[in-house]
Amino acid sequence: MIIKREEIEKLATLSRISIDEKTITDVTERLSSVLDLVDQLKTADTDSVEGISRPFQVSQRLREDEVTETNQRDKFQAIAPATDNGLFTVPKMID
Amino acid sequence: MHNYTIAELVKGLQSKQFSSVELTQHFLARISQFNDQYNAVITVTADQALQAAQLADQRLAMGSAPALCGVPLLHKDIFCTKGVRTSCGSKMLDNFIPPYNATVVENFEQAGVVMLGKTNMDEFAMGSSNETSFYGPVKNPWATDCVPGGSSGGSAAAVAGRLAPGATATDTGGSIRQPAALCGISGLKPTYGRVSRWGMIAFASSLDQAGPMARTAEDCALLLNCMASFDDKDSTCVDRDVPNYSASLNKSVKGLRIGVPKEYFSEGLHPGTEAAVKKALADLEAQGAELVEISLPNSDLSVPAYYVIAPAEASANLSRFDGVKYGYRCENPKDLQDMYCRTRSEGFGEEVQRRILIGTYCLSAGYYDAYYGKAQQVRKLIEQDFVNAFNDVDLIVGPTCPSPAFKFGSKGDDPVAMYLEDIYTIATNLAGLPGMSVPCGMVEGKPVGLQIIGNYFDEARMLNLAHQFQQVTDWHTQAPEGIS
Repeated sequence: MIIKREEIEKLATLSRISIDEKTITDVTERLSSVLDLVDQLKTADTDSVEGISRPFQVSQRLREDEVTETNQRDKFQAIAPATDNGLFTVPKMID
Repeated sequence: MHNYTIAELVKGLQSKQFSSVELTQHFLARISQFNDQYNAVITVTADQALQAAQLADQRLAMGSAPALCGVPLLHKDIFCTKGVRTSCGSKMLDNFIPPYNATVVENFEQAGVVMLGKTNMDEFAMGSSNETSFYGPVKNPWATDCVPGGSSGGSAAAVAGRLAPGATATDTGGSIRQPAALCGISGLKPTYGRVSRWGMIAFASSLDQAGPMARTAEDCALLLNCMASFDDKDSTCVDRDVPNYSASLNKSVKGLRIGVPKEYFSEGLHPGTEAAVKKALADLEAQGAELVEISLPNSDLSVPAYYVIAPAEASANLSRFDGVKYGYRCENPKDLQDMYCRTRSEGFGEEVQRRILIGTYCLSAGYYDAYYGKAQQVRKLIEQDFVNAFNDVDLIVGPTCPSPAFKFGSKGDDPVAMYLEDIYTIATNLAGLPGMSVPCGMVEGKPVGLQIIGNYFDEARMLNLAHQFQQVTDWHTQAPEGIS
Protein backbone atom coordinates (compact mmCIF):
# COMPACT_ATOMS: atom_id res chain seq x y z
CA MET A 1 0.00 0.00 0.00
CA ILE A 2 1.30 3.42 -0.87
CA ILE A 3 0.89 6.09 1.71
CA LYS A 4 0.50 9.58 0.26
CA ARG A 5 2.90 12.38 0.93
CA GLU A 6 0.12 14.55 2.40
CA GLU A 7 -0.69 11.77 4.85
CA ILE A 8 2.94 11.63 5.98
CA GLU A 9 2.90 15.38 6.51
CA LYS A 10 -0.26 15.10 8.60
CA LEU A 11 1.23 12.25 10.66
CA ALA A 12 4.38 14.27 11.25
CA THR A 13 2.28 17.17 12.56
CA LEU A 14 0.23 14.89 14.81
CA SER A 15 3.42 13.23 16.12
CA ARG A 16 5.30 16.53 16.55
CA ILE A 17 8.14 15.22 14.41
CA SER A 18 9.65 17.30 11.62
CA ILE A 19 10.54 15.41 8.46
CA ASP A 20 12.82 17.34 6.15
CA GLU A 21 12.46 17.48 2.39
CA LYS A 22 15.53 15.29 1.83
CA THR A 23 14.21 12.29 3.73
CA ILE A 24 10.47 12.39 3.06
CA THR A 25 10.69 10.02 0.07
CA ASP A 26 12.60 7.43 2.10
CA VAL A 27 10.24 7.78 5.04
CA THR A 28 7.23 7.33 2.74
CA GLU A 29 8.73 4.25 1.12
CA ARG A 30 9.62 2.56 4.40
CA LEU A 31 6.31 3.33 6.07
CA SER A 32 4.54 1.90 3.02
CA SER A 33 6.56 -1.28 3.39
CA VAL A 34 5.50 -1.63 7.04
CA LEU A 35 1.87 -0.93 6.16
CA ASP A 36 2.04 -3.65 3.51
CA LEU A 37 3.10 -6.02 6.27
CA VAL A 38 0.30 -5.02 8.64
CA ASP A 39 -2.24 -5.19 5.82
CA GLN A 40 -1.94 -8.98 6.12
CA LEU A 41 -4.27 -8.61 9.11
CA LYS A 42 -7.10 -8.12 6.64
CA THR A 43 -6.91 -11.82 5.76
CA ALA A 44 -7.92 -12.86 9.29
CA ASP A 45 -11.48 -13.85 9.92
CA THR A 46 -12.31 -11.94 13.09
CA ASP A 47 -16.10 -11.81 12.86
CA SER A 48 -17.53 -12.13 16.36
CA VAL A 49 -14.05 -12.02 17.96
CA GLU A 50 -13.79 -9.61 20.84
CA GLY A 51 -10.38 -7.95 20.77
CA ILE A 52 -8.03 -7.70 23.77
CA SER A 53 -5.85 -4.77 24.72
CA ARG A 54 -3.65 -6.67 27.19
CA PRO A 55 -2.88 -10.23 28.24
CA PHE A 56 -5.58 -12.11 30.13
CA GLN A 57 -7.71 -8.97 29.91
CA VAL A 58 -7.85 -8.44 33.66
CA SER A 59 -9.03 -5.08 34.85
CA GLN A 60 -6.33 -2.88 36.26
CA ARG A 61 -6.02 -2.64 40.00
CA LEU A 62 -7.18 0.65 41.51
CA ARG A 63 -5.87 2.16 44.72
CA GLU A 64 -7.28 4.52 47.30
CA ASP A 65 -6.92 8.16 46.28
CA GLU A 66 -4.49 9.12 49.00
CA VAL A 67 -1.07 10.75 49.11
CA THR A 68 1.71 8.17 49.24
CA GLU A 69 4.71 10.20 48.08
CA THR A 70 6.18 13.31 49.60
CA ASN A 71 6.79 16.37 47.43
CA GLN A 72 10.01 15.83 45.47
CA ARG A 73 9.71 18.77 43.10
CA ASP A 74 13.25 19.99 43.63
CA LYS A 75 14.76 16.61 42.74
CA PHE A 76 12.72 16.40 39.54
CA GLN A 77 13.32 20.00 38.55
CA ALA A 78 17.07 19.59 39.02
CA ILE A 79 17.06 17.43 35.85
CA ALA A 80 14.74 19.66 33.80
CA PRO A 81 15.99 21.61 30.77
CA ALA A 82 14.69 24.94 32.16
CA THR A 83 12.92 25.99 35.34
CA ASP A 84 12.11 29.23 37.11
CA ASN A 85 10.94 29.53 40.70
CA GLY A 86 9.64 25.99 40.89
CA LEU A 87 8.01 26.07 37.44
CA PHE A 88 9.03 24.33 34.22
CA THR A 89 9.62 26.97 31.58
CA VAL A 90 8.94 26.77 27.83
CA PRO A 91 9.18 29.32 24.99
CA LYS A 92 6.68 32.16 25.23
CA MET A 93 3.22 31.10 24.01
CA ILE A 94 1.09 34.23 24.47
CA ASP A 95 2.17 37.76 23.60
CA MET B 1 36.47 -16.21 38.24
CA HIS B 2 34.63 -15.02 35.14
CA ASN B 3 33.91 -18.58 34.06
CA TYR B 4 32.01 -19.38 37.23
CA THR B 5 28.24 -19.45 37.03
CA ILE B 6 26.24 -17.29 39.44
CA ALA B 7 25.41 -20.44 41.43
CA GLU B 8 29.16 -21.13 41.78
CA LEU B 9 29.88 -17.50 42.66
CA VAL B 10 27.25 -17.61 45.41
CA LYS B 11 28.96 -20.70 46.90
CA GLY B 12 32.39 -19.09 46.58
CA LEU B 13 31.25 -15.89 48.30
CA GLN B 14 29.49 -17.72 51.10
CA SER B 15 32.44 -20.04 51.72
CA LYS B 16 34.85 -17.04 51.63
CA GLN B 17 36.76 -18.51 48.68
CA PHE B 18 36.83 -14.93 47.39
CA SER B 19 35.29 -11.65 48.47
CA SER B 20 32.74 -9.52 46.66
CA VAL B 21 35.37 -6.78 46.35
CA GLU B 22 37.76 -9.20 44.60
CA LEU B 23 34.99 -10.40 42.32
CA THR B 24 33.87 -6.87 41.50
CA GLN B 25 37.43 -5.78 40.77
CA HIS B 26 37.85 -8.77 38.50
CA PHE B 27 34.76 -7.97 36.40
CA LEU B 28 35.53 -4.22 36.33
CA ALA B 29 38.98 -5.10 34.99
CA ARG B 30 37.40 -7.30 32.31
CA ILE B 31 35.02 -4.52 31.28
CA SER B 32 37.91 -2.11 31.08
CA GLN B 33 39.98 -4.56 29.02
CA PHE B 34 37.37 -6.00 26.63
CA ASN B 35 34.47 -3.59 26.35
CA ASP B 36 36.10 -1.71 23.47
CA GLN B 37 35.72 -4.89 21.42
CA TYR B 38 32.03 -5.36 22.19
CA ASN B 39 30.60 -1.91 23.08
CA ALA B 40 28.27 -3.81 25.41
CA VAL B 41 28.53 -1.53 28.45
CA ILE B 42 27.78 2.18 28.07
CA THR B 43 28.15 3.31 31.68
CA VAL B 44 30.54 1.77 34.20
CA THR B 45 29.82 2.51 37.87
CA ALA B 46 33.17 1.43 39.29
CA ASP B 47 33.26 3.51 42.51
CA GLN B 48 29.67 2.74 43.39
CA ALA B 49 30.25 -0.96 42.63
CA LEU B 50 33.26 -1.19 44.93
CA GLN B 51 31.38 0.53 47.75
CA ALA B 52 28.45 -1.87 47.29
CA ALA B 53 30.89 -4.81 47.24
CA GLN B 54 32.42 -3.69 50.55
CA LEU B 55 28.97 -3.51 52.11
CA ALA B 56 28.13 -6.93 50.68
CA ASP B 57 31.31 -8.38 52.21
CA GLN B 58 30.26 -6.99 55.58
CA ARG B 59 26.83 -8.60 55.25
CA LEU B 60 28.42 -11.88 54.16
CA ALA B 61 30.76 -11.77 57.17
CA MET B 62 27.75 -11.49 59.47
CA GLY B 63 26.43 -14.74 58.01
CA SER B 64 22.85 -13.72 57.27
CA ALA B 65 23.16 -12.29 53.77
CA PRO B 66 20.53 -12.97 51.07
CA ALA B 67 21.37 -15.54 48.36
CA LEU B 68 22.76 -13.16 45.75
CA CYS B 69 24.63 -10.85 48.16
CA GLY B 70 27.94 -9.75 46.65
CA VAL B 71 27.24 -11.03 43.11
CA PRO B 72 28.04 -8.42 40.43
CA LEU B 73 25.50 -7.76 37.66
CA LEU B 74 24.87 -5.34 34.82
CA HIS B 75 21.55 -3.60 34.24
CA LYS B 76 20.09 -2.86 30.84
CA ASP B 77 20.06 0.91 30.40
CA ILE B 78 16.25 0.90 30.29
CA PHE B 79 15.98 0.52 34.09
CA CYS B 80 16.09 3.77 36.06
CA THR B 81 19.07 3.86 38.41
CA LYS B 82 19.19 6.54 41.06
CA GLY B 83 22.01 8.99 40.37
CA VAL B 84 23.27 7.01 37.35
CA ARG B 85 22.50 8.03 33.76
CA THR B 86 19.68 6.02 32.20
CA SER B 87 19.74 6.68 28.46
CA CYS B 88 17.52 3.93 27.00
CA GLY B 89 20.07 3.94 24.16
CA SER B 90 18.79 7.36 23.01
CA LYS B 91 20.16 10.84 22.51
CA MET B 92 16.82 11.94 24.00
CA LEU B 93 17.91 10.64 27.43
CA ASP B 94 21.67 11.01 27.08
CA ASN B 95 21.63 13.51 29.97
CA PHE B 96 18.90 11.85 32.05
CA ILE B 97 19.89 10.99 35.63
CA PRO B 98 16.87 9.50 37.42
CA PRO B 99 16.27 10.48 41.04
CA TYR B 100 14.92 6.99 41.81
CA ASN B 101 15.52 3.27 41.20
CA ALA B 102 13.31 0.95 39.15
CA THR B 103 11.73 -1.76 41.32
CA VAL B 104 13.90 -4.40 39.60
CA VAL B 105 17.05 -2.42 40.47
CA GLU B 106 15.79 -1.86 44.01
CA ASN B 107 15.08 -5.59 44.49
CA PHE B 108 18.66 -6.44 43.51
CA GLU B 109 20.09 -3.62 45.62
CA GLN B 110 18.17 -4.84 48.68
CA ALA B 111 19.58 -8.34 48.03
CA GLY B 112 23.13 -6.98 48.10
CA VAL B 113 23.77 -7.40 44.37
CA VAL B 114 26.57 -5.18 43.04
CA MET B 115 25.74 -3.09 39.95
CA LEU B 116 28.77 -2.91 37.65
CA GLY B 117 27.14 -0.53 35.18
CA LYS B 118 24.55 -0.21 32.43
CA THR B 119 24.35 -2.06 29.13
CA ASN B 120 23.90 -0.81 25.59
CA MET B 121 20.61 -1.46 23.81
CA ASP B 122 18.57 -0.58 20.74
CA GLU B 123 17.09 2.89 21.13
CA PHE B 124 14.00 2.66 23.36
CA ALA B 125 14.28 -1.14 22.92
CA MET B 126 13.15 -0.86 19.29
CA GLY B 127 15.32 -3.17 17.25
CA SER B 128 16.56 -6.71 16.83
CA SER B 129 20.23 -6.02 16.11
CA ASN B 130 21.39 -3.25 18.46
CA GLU B 131 22.10 -1.14 15.39
CA THR B 132 19.64 1.58 16.48
CA SER B 133 21.54 2.55 19.65
CA PHE B 134 22.69 6.19 19.89
CA TYR B 135 25.92 4.78 21.37
CA GLY B 136 26.75 2.61 18.37
CA PRO B 137 26.11 -1.07 17.76
CA VAL B 138 27.08 -3.85 20.15
CA LYS B 139 29.25 -6.55 18.63
CA ASN B 140 28.60 -10.24 19.02
CA PRO B 141 31.46 -11.86 20.99
CA TRP B 142 31.16 -14.98 18.79
CA ALA B 143 31.74 -13.00 15.59
CA THR B 144 32.43 -9.31 15.95
CA ASP B 145 31.28 -8.57 12.39
CA CYS B 146 27.83 -9.84 13.39
CA VAL B 147 25.01 -8.37 15.46
CA PRO B 148 24.35 -9.59 19.00
CA GLY B 149 20.57 -9.37 18.49
CA GLY B 150 18.39 -6.87 20.21
CA SER B 151 17.14 -5.00 21.90
CA SER B 152 18.98 -6.41 24.94
CA GLY B 153 22.12 -6.98 22.85
CA GLY B 154 24.42 -5.23 25.32
CA SER B 155 23.28 -7.44 28.19
CA ALA B 156 23.61 -10.59 26.05
CA ALA B 157 27.05 -9.71 24.68
CA ALA B 158 28.30 -8.76 28.15
CA VAL B 159 27.26 -12.13 29.57
CA ALA B 160 28.63 -14.06 26.56
CA GLY B 161 31.89 -12.08 26.74
CA ARG B 162 32.20 -12.77 30.48
CA LEU B 163 32.03 -9.06 31.42
CA ALA B 164 29.40 -10.00 34.01
CA PRO B 165 27.96 -13.30 35.19
CA GLY B 166 24.41 -12.09 34.54
CA ALA B 167 22.40 -9.08 33.46
CA THR B 168 18.90 -7.70 33.49
CA ALA B 169 17.03 -7.31 30.22
CA THR B 170 13.56 -6.61 28.83
CA ASP B 171 11.44 -8.27 26.16
CA THR B 172 8.61 -6.63 24.18
CA GLY B 173 8.69 -8.87 21.09
CA GLY B 174 11.73 -11.09 21.68
CA SER B 175 14.31 -8.66 23.08
CA ILE B 176 15.55 -11.10 25.75
CA ARG B 177 15.22 -14.39 23.86
CA GLN B 178 16.58 -13.39 20.44
CA PRO B 179 19.84 -11.80 21.71
CA ALA B 180 20.24 -14.69 24.19
CA ALA B 181 20.00 -17.07 21.22
CA LEU B 182 22.39 -15.11 19.03
CA CYS B 183 24.97 -14.77 21.83
CA GLY B 184 24.75 -18.35 23.09
CA ILE B 185 23.41 -17.64 26.58
CA SER B 186 20.21 -18.32 28.53
CA GLY B 187 17.49 -15.68 28.89
CA LEU B 188 13.96 -15.71 30.23
CA LYS B 189 10.95 -13.48 29.58
CA PRO B 190 8.50 -14.07 32.43
CA THR B 191 4.70 -13.98 32.25
CA TYR B 192 3.33 -10.46 31.76
CA GLY B 193 2.84 -9.02 35.25
CA ARG B 194 5.32 -11.34 37.02
CA VAL B 195 8.04 -8.66 37.28
CA SER B 196 7.33 -5.00 38.07
CA ARG B 197 7.62 -2.54 35.19
CA TRP B 198 7.92 0.44 37.54
CA GLY B 199 10.95 2.53 36.63
CA MET B 200 11.46 0.57 33.40
CA ILE B 201 11.19 3.02 30.52
CA ALA B 202 8.01 2.11 28.65
CA PHE B 203 7.99 1.04 25.00
CA ALA B 204 4.71 -0.92 24.62
CA SER B 205 3.11 -1.23 28.03
CA SER B 206 0.90 -4.26 27.33
CA LEU B 207 3.86 -6.26 25.99
CA ASP B 208 6.96 -5.12 27.95
CA GLN B 209 8.32 -7.50 30.57
CA ALA B 210 11.68 -7.64 32.36
CA GLY B 211 13.66 -10.81 32.85
CA PRO B 212 17.12 -12.22 33.53
CA MET B 213 20.01 -13.21 31.28
CA ALA B 214 22.81 -15.52 32.42
CA ARG B 215 24.76 -18.45 31.08
CA THR B 216 22.62 -21.20 32.61
CA ALA B 217 18.98 -21.87 33.40
CA GLU B 218 20.00 -22.44 37.02
CA ASP B 219 21.36 -18.86 37.14
CA CYS B 220 18.23 -17.47 35.48
CA ALA B 221 16.23 -19.12 38.26
CA LEU B 222 18.40 -17.47 40.93
CA LEU B 223 17.99 -14.05 39.29
CA LEU B 224 14.25 -14.46 38.74
CA ASN B 225 13.82 -15.33 42.43
CA CYS B 226 14.99 -11.78 43.13
CA MET B 227 13.42 -9.92 40.18
CA ALA B 228 9.88 -11.25 40.54
CA SER B 229 7.79 -9.49 43.17
CA PHE B 230 4.42 -7.89 43.59
CA ASP B 231 4.66 -4.14 43.28
CA ASP B 232 1.86 -1.77 44.17
CA LYS B 233 3.47 0.88 41.97
CA ASP B 234 2.81 -1.12 38.77
CA SER B 235 -0.94 -1.51 38.29
CA THR B 236 -0.43 -4.46 35.90
CA CYS B 237 1.88 -6.35 38.26
CA VAL B 238 0.12 -9.53 39.40
CA ASP B 239 -0.33 -10.17 43.12
CA ARG B 240 0.67 -13.80 43.26
CA ASP B 241 3.21 -15.70 45.36
CA VAL B 242 6.68 -15.99 43.86
CA PRO B 243 7.77 -19.64 43.98
CA ASN B 244 11.37 -20.61 44.60
CA TYR B 245 12.39 -21.17 40.99
CA SER B 246 15.53 -23.03 42.05
CA ALA B 247 13.57 -25.66 43.99
CA SER B 248 12.16 -27.60 41.03
CA LEU B 249 15.19 -27.56 38.69
CA ASN B 250 16.15 -31.14 39.40
CA LYS B 251 12.76 -32.73 38.78
CA SER B 252 12.71 -35.39 36.08
CA VAL B 253 11.24 -34.36 32.75
CA LYS B 254 9.98 -37.88 32.15
CA GLY B 255 6.42 -37.83 30.89
CA LEU B 256 6.42 -34.07 30.25
CA ARG B 257 4.32 -33.35 27.16
CA ILE B 258 6.15 -31.00 24.82
CA GLY B 259 4.26 -29.35 21.98
CA VAL B 260 6.22 -28.76 18.79
CA PRO B 261 4.41 -26.18 16.62
CA LYS B 262 4.53 -27.20 12.98
CA GLU B 263 4.33 -23.52 11.93
CA TYR B 264 7.73 -22.89 13.55
CA PHE B 265 9.47 -25.25 11.11
CA SER B 266 8.35 -23.74 7.85
CA GLU B 267 9.93 -21.66 5.08
CA GLY B 268 12.51 -19.15 6.24
CA LEU B 269 14.07 -21.33 8.95
CA HIS B 270 17.82 -21.75 8.38
CA PRO B 271 18.56 -25.47 7.77
CA GLY B 272 21.39 -25.42 10.31
CA THR B 273 19.12 -23.89 12.95
CA GLU B 274 16.42 -26.43 12.13
CA ALA B 275 18.88 -29.32 12.50
CA ALA B 276 20.16 -28.03 15.86
CA VAL B 277 16.64 -27.56 17.23
CA LYS B 278 15.56 -31.02 16.03
CA LYS B 279 18.61 -32.57 17.69
CA ALA B 280 17.68 -30.77 20.93
CA LEU B 281 14.13 -32.11 20.67
CA ALA B 282 15.57 -35.62 20.25
CA ASP B 283 17.73 -35.05 23.35
CA LEU B 284 14.63 -34.07 25.33
CA GLU B 285 12.79 -37.11 24.05
CA ALA B 286 15.72 -39.28 25.12
CA GLN B 287 15.33 -37.82 28.61
CA GLY B 288 11.77 -39.08 28.71
CA ALA B 289 9.77 -36.11 27.47
CA GLU B 290 6.98 -36.83 25.04
CA LEU B 291 6.94 -34.80 21.80
CA VAL B 292 3.55 -33.86 20.40
CA GLU B 293 3.03 -32.01 17.12
CA ILE B 294 0.75 -29.04 17.64
CA SER B 295 -0.59 -26.21 15.50
CA LEU B 296 -0.65 -22.49 16.27
CA PRO B 297 -2.69 -21.59 13.18
CA ASN B 298 -2.54 -17.81 13.54
CA SER B 299 1.26 -17.64 13.98
CA ASP B 300 1.78 -15.88 10.66
CA LEU B 301 -0.37 -12.98 11.85
CA SER B 302 1.66 -12.30 14.97
CA VAL B 303 4.23 -10.00 13.31
CA PRO B 304 1.56 -7.89 11.52
CA ALA B 305 -0.51 -7.62 14.74
CA TYR B 306 2.56 -6.68 16.74
CA TYR B 307 3.55 -3.93 14.29
CA VAL B 308 0.22 -2.25 14.88
CA ILE B 309 -0.06 -2.75 18.64
CA ALA B 310 3.55 -2.05 19.68
CA PRO B 311 3.92 1.17 17.63
CA ALA B 312 0.45 2.33 18.72
CA GLU B 313 1.42 2.00 22.38
CA ALA B 314 4.87 3.44 21.70
CA SER B 315 3.44 6.52 20.01
CA ALA B 316 1.43 7.23 23.17
CA ASN B 317 4.22 6.35 25.62
CA LEU B 318 6.86 8.39 23.82
CA SER B 319 4.69 11.51 23.66
CA ARG B 320 6.13 12.32 27.10
CA PHE B 321 9.47 13.21 25.50
CA ASP B 322 8.76 16.82 24.64
CA GLY B 323 11.77 18.71 25.99
CA VAL B 324 9.87 20.14 28.95
CA LYS B 325 10.58 18.14 32.09
CA TYR B 326 13.70 16.05 31.44
CA GLY B 327 15.96 14.79 28.69
CA TYR B 328 16.99 16.54 25.51
CA ARG B 329 15.71 19.97 24.43
CA CYS B 330 16.67 21.51 21.07
CA GLU B 331 18.74 24.70 20.95
CA ASN B 332 17.00 28.09 20.66
CA PRO B 333 13.42 27.06 19.92
CA LYS B 334 11.48 29.83 18.24
CA ASP B 335 8.16 28.84 19.78
CA LEU B 336 6.54 25.94 21.62
CA GLN B 337 5.65 23.90 18.52
CA ASP B 338 9.15 24.36 17.15
CA MET B 339 10.54 23.14 20.48
CA TYR B 340 8.39 19.99 20.44
CA CYS B 341 9.11 19.15 16.81
CA ARG B 342 12.85 19.81 16.78
CA THR B 343 13.40 18.21 20.20
CA ARG B 344 11.73 15.01 18.98
CA SER B 345 13.30 15.00 15.51
CA GLU B 346 16.78 15.64 16.85
CA GLY B 347 16.41 13.49 20.00
CA PHE B 348 14.88 10.34 18.47
CA GLY B 349 16.63 8.15 15.91
CA GLU B 350 15.13 6.97 12.63
CA GLU B 351 13.59 3.68 13.81
CA VAL B 352 11.93 5.30 16.83
CA GLN B 353 10.50 8.08 14.66
CA ARG B 354 9.22 5.49 12.18
CA ARG B 355 7.42 3.56 14.91
CA ILE B 356 5.86 6.73 16.32
CA LEU B 357 4.58 7.60 12.83
CA ILE B 358 3.18 4.08 12.27
CA GLY B 359 1.53 4.08 15.69
CA THR B 360 0.02 7.50 15.10
CA TYR B 361 -1.28 6.33 11.71
CA CYS B 362 -2.91 3.20 13.17
CA LEU B 363 -4.58 5.19 15.93
CA SER B 364 -5.72 8.11 13.78
CA ALA B 365 -9.33 8.84 12.89
CA GLY B 366 -10.53 6.68 10.02
CA TYR B 367 -7.87 3.99 10.50
CA TYR B 368 -8.36 2.99 14.15
CA ASP B 369 -10.85 0.17 13.53
CA ALA B 370 -9.11 -1.17 10.43
CA TYR B 371 -5.73 -1.38 12.13
CA TYR B 372 -5.78 -1.13 15.92
CA GLY B 373 -9.20 -2.73 16.39
CA LYS B 374 -8.36 -5.52 13.96
CA ALA B 375 -4.96 -6.15 15.57
CA GLN B 376 -6.64 -6.49 18.98
CA GLN B 377 -8.97 -9.12 17.55
CA VAL B 378 -6.06 -10.99 15.99
CA ARG B 379 -4.28 -10.78 19.33
CA LYS B 380 -7.23 -12.63 20.85
CA LEU B 381 -6.97 -15.34 18.17
CA ILE B 382 -3.25 -15.77 18.88
CA GLU B 383 -3.89 -16.01 22.63
CA GLN B 384 -6.61 -18.60 21.97
CA ASP B 385 -4.19 -20.71 19.87
CA PHE B 386 -1.92 -21.00 22.91
CA VAL B 387 -4.79 -21.65 25.32
CA ASN B 388 -5.92 -24.52 23.06
CA ALA B 389 -2.37 -25.88 22.80
CA PHE B 390 -1.82 -25.82 26.56
CA ASN B 391 -4.95 -27.91 27.05
CA ASP B 392 -2.92 -30.75 25.61
CA VAL B 393 0.76 -30.04 26.37
CA ASP B 394 2.87 -28.81 29.31
CA LEU B 395 5.41 -26.76 27.36
CA ILE B 396 5.99 -25.66 23.77
CA VAL B 397 9.47 -25.94 22.24
CA GLY B 398 10.90 -24.68 18.94
CA PRO B 399 13.52 -22.35 17.49
CA THR B 400 14.04 -18.92 19.08
CA CYS B 401 14.85 -17.20 15.80
CA PRO B 402 15.04 -18.17 12.14
CA SER B 403 18.81 -18.02 11.71
CA PRO B 404 22.06 -17.40 13.61
CA ALA B 405 23.62 -13.94 14.07
CA PHE B 406 23.71 -11.92 10.84
CA LYS B 407 26.23 -9.33 9.65
CA PHE B 408 25.87 -5.63 10.41
CA GLY B 409 23.83 -3.84 7.75
CA SER B 410 22.78 -7.09 6.08
CA LYS B 411 19.06 -6.50 6.53
CA GLY B 412 19.29 -3.49 4.22
CA ASP B 413 16.97 -0.50 4.30
CA ASP B 414 13.70 -2.40 4.50
CA PRO B 415 12.52 -2.38 8.13
CA VAL B 416 10.29 -5.40 7.51
CA ALA B 417 13.32 -7.70 6.94
CA MET B 418 14.44 -6.87 10.49
CA TYR B 419 10.94 -7.23 11.94
CA LEU B 420 10.73 -10.83 10.69
CA GLU B 421 13.69 -11.71 12.92
CA ASP B 422 11.18 -11.95 15.80
CA ILE B 423 8.72 -14.20 13.98
CA TYR B 424 8.89 -16.99 16.60
CA THR B 425 9.06 -14.82 19.70
CA ILE B 426 6.42 -12.11 19.19
CA ALA B 427 3.34 -14.30 19.70
CA THR B 428 4.20 -15.03 23.34
CA ASN B 429 4.34 -11.29 24.09
CA LEU B 430 0.95 -10.77 22.46
CA ALA B 431 -0.45 -13.61 24.60
CA GLY B 432 1.48 -12.52 27.74
CA LEU B 433 3.07 -15.97 28.11
CA PRO B 434 6.56 -16.70 29.49
CA GLY B 435 9.30 -17.81 27.11
CA MET B 436 12.99 -18.51 27.33
CA SER B 437 15.93 -19.31 25.11
CA VAL B 438 18.80 -21.67 25.86
CA PRO B 439 21.78 -22.53 23.64
CA CYS B 440 21.26 -25.76 21.67
CA GLY B 441 23.90 -25.88 18.94
CA MET B 442 26.25 -24.04 16.62
CA VAL B 443 25.93 -23.10 12.96
CA GLU B 444 28.89 -21.60 11.09
CA GLY B 445 30.60 -20.99 14.45
CA LYS B 446 27.61 -19.07 15.80
CA PRO B 447 25.15 -20.16 18.50
CA VAL B 448 21.58 -21.39 17.99
CA GLY B 449 18.83 -20.88 20.56
CA LEU B 450 16.09 -23.28 21.63
CA GLN B 451 12.89 -21.54 22.67
CA ILE B 452 10.78 -22.92 25.51
CA ILE B 453 7.32 -21.40 25.96
CA GLY B 454 5.37 -22.06 29.13
CA ASN B 455 1.80 -21.63 30.30
CA TYR B 456 0.95 -18.54 32.38
CA PHE B 457 3.11 -18.31 35.53
CA ASP B 458 4.73 -21.67 34.75
CA GLU B 459 8.30 -20.32 34.68
CA ALA B 460 9.38 -23.04 37.13
CA ARG B 461 8.53 -25.79 34.66
CA MET B 462 10.35 -24.03 31.80
CA LEU B 463 13.43 -23.60 33.99
CA ASN B 464 13.20 -27.24 35.03
CA LEU B 465 13.21 -28.40 31.39
CA ALA B 466 16.01 -25.98 30.45
CA HIS B 467 18.14 -27.07 33.43
CA GLN B 468 17.63 -30.75 32.66
CA PHE B 469 18.58 -30.10 29.03
CA GLN B 470 21.75 -28.40 30.28
CA GLN B 471 22.58 -31.47 32.36
CA VAL B 472 22.96 -33.57 29.21
CA THR B 473 24.34 -30.94 26.80
CA ASP B 474 27.30 -28.56 26.99
CA TRP B 475 26.28 -25.78 24.59
CA HIS B 476 25.81 -23.39 27.53
CA THR B 477 29.39 -23.95 28.72
CA GLN B 478 31.01 -22.99 25.41
CA ALA B 479 32.78 -19.65 25.18
CA PRO B 480 33.57 -17.42 22.22
CA GLU B 481 37.11 -17.66 20.87
CA GLY B 482 39.70 -15.79 22.91
CA ILE B 483 37.89 -16.17 26.22
CA SER B 484 39.65 -18.45 28.64
